[in-house]
Amino acid sequence: MKKGTYEVKVGLAEMLKGGVIMDVTNVEQAKIAEDAGASSVMALERIPADIRAFGGIARMSNPEMILKIKEAVSIPVMAKCRIGHFAEAQILQEIGVDFIDESEVLTPADEENHIWKKDFHVPFVCGCRNLGEALRRIGEGAAMIRTKGEPGTGDIVEAVRHMRKVVGEIRRLTILDQSELMAEAKNLGAPFALVEWIAKNGKLPVPNFAAGGIATPADASLMMQLGAEAVFVGSGIFKSDDPKQRAEAIVKAVTHYSDPSVLAEVSKGLKDAMAGISAAGLDDGEKMAKRGW
Amino acid sequence: MTKPRIGVLGIQGAYARHAEMIVLAGGESEIVKYREQLDGLDGLILPGGESTTMTKVLGFRITHDDILDFARHKPVFGTCAGLILIACGVTDPRVRQLGLIDANISRNAYGSQKDSFVSEISLEFDRGVPFHAVFIRAPLILSVGGSVTVLSVHENAPVLIGSGMHLGATFHPELTHDTRIHRYFIQTVKEVKDGKTTRSQ
Repeated sequence: MKKGTYEVKVGLAEMLKGGVIMDVTNVEQAKIAEDAGASSVMALERIPADIRAFGGIARMSNPEMILKIKEAVSIPVMAKCRIGHFAEAQILQEIGVDFIDESEVLTPADEENHIWKKDFHVPFVCGCRNLGEALRRIGEGAAMIRTKGEPGTGDIVEAVRHMRKVVGEIRRLTILDQSELMAEAKNLGAPFALVEWIAKNGKLPVPNFAAGGIATPADASLMMQLGAEAVFVGSGIFKSDDPKQRAEAIVKAVTHYSDPSVLAEVSKGLKDAMAGISAAGLDDGEKMAKRGW
Repeated sequence: MTKPRIGVLGIQGAYARHAEMIVLAGGESEIVKYREQLDGLDGLILPGGESTTMTKVLGFRITHDDILDFARHKPVFGTCAGLILIACGVTDPRVRQLGLIDANISRNAYGSQKDSFVSEISLEFDRGVPFHAVFIRAPLILSVGGSVTVLSVHENAPVLIGSGMHLGATFHPELTHDTRIHRYFIQTVKEVKDGKTTRSQ
């Protein structure tokens, strides 16, 4: 019997496919999310929209708060650590979180290096803006990849850009000649073995999810139709005027992402989505997606 | 002879991997999201994922009763969360069970993800080569009724069980490349379809 193998880590990511992972900041929200059909919750002290507004340094959440949420729900609980902050990750692993998000939403702890995730038993998810970034994270041991999007904005434009980029670059690899793959690995800044694997298989070796700016059932459907296998919803649910209804609607929208009649039905009657801010209006220094490489 | 057509409930979870395995095991597969699709199927798989999520969305375009009706005449195979749904014994109101298999189940009994594991198990119907079983936040079968056949055990607990034409696993055969368990299920589906089932209801 073996625990913490790569197969076991990717296995949990596989189980989360076709579902919605929701950001929650307390037990009450976690229960609302689970009752609405969330396949997992991300426990954090402040959702991205509030991290933006609050400023200061955003760190790993208090373990006590994460443990309370773990006790309250039966679905897997994720938590975020800072990019490169392997001591925060060690703590999260110790308290038994099911998945760690090495996240650009928090203030990076290391601007050169991400966490060497193969040292851990717990699986990691990491954000990316393109295929090279995705493959560098997988090379470090990530068991799930998600788009970065632009967290806390309610603006889907960056998540769309990142997903289209990843899917497009995968497609391109599948039509290249073997002799062109090394040059492409150099261009992508990606490990050659992974580039070769993708050229052969036409997909990432780990599940590929969407995150960053998803606020409506239509946003969730858009990301699924662009190739996401599940979605994270951060600020979009508990910054809206109707968290419970919106959470239920987004869950159904992900199951039936390609059925416009369902999407129309679940979108009816929803109150206002989060007001949001335009990602295009942010300075580079304000963009969380620029964190990490 | 036409290939048996096996549906995989596509509400949430590892349904795409099951669909791939069915094809490798010699069947035709279809992702099922609507009750109307059940009419054209010879068997149904409830995949792994989250049983609370599936409970929540069952009732929208396909219901518990639709699956119960289907299971009266046709085989159903549940893995992990799918087994939780087709078994009984869970008192949590967040999960609604179908009771197709008389087995008491405890959810996430092994602990959280850090206790997920892989192990080599032996299959009663093919003992020659061990089966590489992947257990992800797995449920535990606490006890089974007299109608249940235990097809594999891990540390004294049943992990693969059959009851009449139905089948349940606490692990994930769809995460491997070993098609033996899917072929076993497809064989049952064929027997029921041809009206010569050796496994009584």
